[in-house]
Amino acid sequence: MTELRTPPYVVNIGPQHPSTHGVFRVKATLDGERIIDAEMVLGYLHRSMEKLAEERTFTQNIPFTDRMDYLAAMTGNLGYCLAVEKLAGIEVPERAQYLRVIFAELQRIASHCMANGTFVNDCGAWQTPLMYMFRERERILDLFEMTCGARLTTNYMRIGGVSFDVPDEFYPAVNSLMAEMPDRIAEYEGLTLDNEILLARARDIGVLRPDVAINSSATGPLLRGSGIAWDVRKADPYCVYDRMEFDIPIGRNGDCFDRFIVRMEEMRQSVRIIKQALEQLPAGPVNVPLPLALKPPPGEAYARIESPKGELGFYLVSDGGPTPYRWHVRSPSYINLTVLKDMVVGLSIADAIVSLGSIDINVGEIDR
Amino acid sequence: MAPLLNWYDFDPFHDLYHWLDKHVESWVVYLVAAVIGSAGILTFVGLGALVNVWLERRLIGRIQVRRGPNRVGPFGLVQPVADAIKLIQKEVLQPDAADSRLFNLPPIIVFIPAMLTFAVFAWAPDLVLANLDAGVLYLLAISSITALAIFIAGWSSNNKYALLGAMRVIAMMISYEVPMVMCFLAPVLLAGTMSVAGLVQWQQHHFLLAAFVPMSVLIYGLSATAELNRTPADIAEAESEIVAGYHTEYSGMKFGLFYAVELINSLAVSGIMASLFFGGWWLFGVEKVIPAWIIFILKIYFFYFGLIWLRGTLPRFRIDQLMGLAWKMLLPLALINVAVIATEVLIWQEADLGGWVLAPYAVVNIALTAALVVVFFRIVTARFYRLPTRVILVRDIQVPALPAPASSALRPPTPLPQ
Repeated sequence: MTELRTPPYVVNIGPQHPSTHGVFRVKATLDGERIIDAEMVLGYLHRSMEKLAEERTFTQNIPFTDRMDYLAAMTGNLGYCLAVEKLAGIEVPERAQYLRVIFAELQRIASHCMANGTFVNDCGAWQTPLMYMFRERERILDLFEMTCGARLTTNYMRIGGVSFDVPDEFYPAVNSLMAEMPDRIAEYEGLTLDNEILLARARDIGVLRPDVAINSSATGPLLRGSGIAWDVRKADPYCVYDRMEFDIPIGRNGDCFDRFIVRMEEMRQSVRIIKQALEQLPAGPVNVPLPLALKPPPGEAYARIESPKGELGFYLVSDGGPTPYRWHVRSPSYINLTVLKDMVVGLSIADAIVSLGSIDINVGEIDR
Repeated sequence: MAPLLNWYDFDPFHDLYHWLDKHVESWVVYLVAAVIGSAGILTFVGLGALVNVWLERRLIGRIQVRRGPNRVGPFGLVQPVADAIKLIQKEVLQPDAADSRLFNLPPIIVFIPAMLTFAVFAWAPDLVLANLDAGVLYLLAISSITALAIFIAGWSSNNKYALLGAMRVIAMMISYEVPMVMCFLAPVLLAGTMSVAGLVQWQQHHFLLAAFVPMSVLIYGLSATAELNRTPADIAEAESEIVAGYHTEYSGMKFGLFYAVELINSLAVSGIMASLFFGGWWLFGVEKVIPAWIIFILKIYFFYFGLIWLRGTLPRFRIDQLMGLAWKMLLPLALINVAVIATEVLIWQEADLGGWVLAPYAVVNIALTAALVVVFFRIVTARFYRLPTRVILVRDIQVPALPAPASSALRPPTPLPQ
């Protein structure tokens, strides 16, 4: 008796699909519902930022970094400004350094809210966890708005500091939010962590072994979920992170659920950091006067930060002119995405979507 | 009166029928009763679809800490009308590669079983459109037609997502029919009738069947979400996975019909739940104060609220997990349930005991259900709790020695090619 088999067929997941988090396409070859091959097709959101940046001055390039990872504009700004400061040898006032830490951590909470909310959405929950997390993200965006006027593409950090000092009404708002946040995170955890359906969907799905994670140079919650304690904030402290007390959460199994709970705990640690930074916040100027057309000396610099998605690096080369000679971004979403194929081959479509959601990509950052 | 009229039990119009019976042929009486009954049910179903759109969006909004529709009319009450107008106005697109004749059929086919289900419900003591002797069997037979329509939709769309959705529906519906039939057997055995009105009457004389067959209630509740394609079993139209499943290619009012049928089916399932297990129009004598059909509709909406709550709360199962639930968990439980109830009924009849024996039966069955569900649940979920659901916290990390950062100017850039 011959075995009956259907030939494998190709399904395009994306570029227009509710769960690709942007315009990103996976060409999945399926046998029934099981994925036997997955090819990632990128470039639908390519805006040629790295080339455009070579025609613009160092300051004019800051808004580009907002539009890379548009869910974490503050950390994009921060990474780029650190690189330029390293290139030009600029000292940043202490108050500005603290403000940078506060806003980067607020942004981390907002970004993780979005990541975890959409992750549970990908598991099939009908928007409810996302809406709960949006409630707190909204308040963080309100804080951004009262400080710099923008909510999403903030353009807040400047070379040599930040653009504005925080207004007086910022302190009560941020203090009340930080007092409330641990309860809110406990609420999210209560709603999701012990849900058997979520566990069934995410436990042991999309397992990333630690050695594969290191070899593929995955960073951020993806790497920490696989049980490797690595965080640029501790390994190579920038700003004033070396003065802060915080822990790094790591997972046990490297599956989607571990990445989810690592993000949950990181929000809690971010609250800790913000509370400490607010206590230590010194008075003083928030930026240093610099020429509009900044001309760093010829040379190269690489600065890296821990963005919500992973290690965000900026590599700049200056030829002594007012524009960068080369502007290169090591974007965490792009590098983290490379492990997707290893994760999803052998899983079903439903699991592939969950794995993709757990990596937390941002297509703006992948394609730049 | 014609023997056919026994099927139609419309007491409010009793005098009218008698008057008609004296003056015209008996089939005219039959026809009048059928038209009045159908019109009543269609009105309820049509209005119900509109109300459900509003209720669903509004309640899910509340569950999701937002307001829901509140712009069109007071409390957004006119929103469903606006939605319907929008859907009717939209252009109905059809893919070139779709099988045109088959493609247009499913929105119509899917409507028929949704409407037919309501025919056998007992709305009040004497208000049944079709008091079939095999009412429960009829309900099961009717609910299978939906699968056919959905598969035609998925196949004729010529779209891979639609086909995947349709395949999932067929697999799921076939799987869930089995525990569903088994769980309907228990109340039928106990009450000794397959008529829906008869089951309600039995409950009026004894007590709510839910107390005697709690396992059936649980199994039917789970199977119903699967049959309805609602969370946690909405794998057929899993938005995050296969876009919209079998109705991916449908637009405009064709999609609107699928959407309306989904809401009407939710009402039908709530109606079955209310009639078979929770007393239908009967509510401990309250039906003498409030009209019985209002009690029935309130019960329907009570269970519909439960469905909305589930949708707003739970994530989705994966298809193999859903199949596993049906075959490995629900079917054994349903078989145990039928065996237990059959034994009890046998003892009741053979020993010629009175109605008092139902009280210990209820206690035994509830205890047994609770124990079995806990045991099965522990077995199924054990592997999820193999690892703790909390992270490990690390204070200090191992940093391999990095090359010393010399200066910002490591090497001069290569000059631009002229």
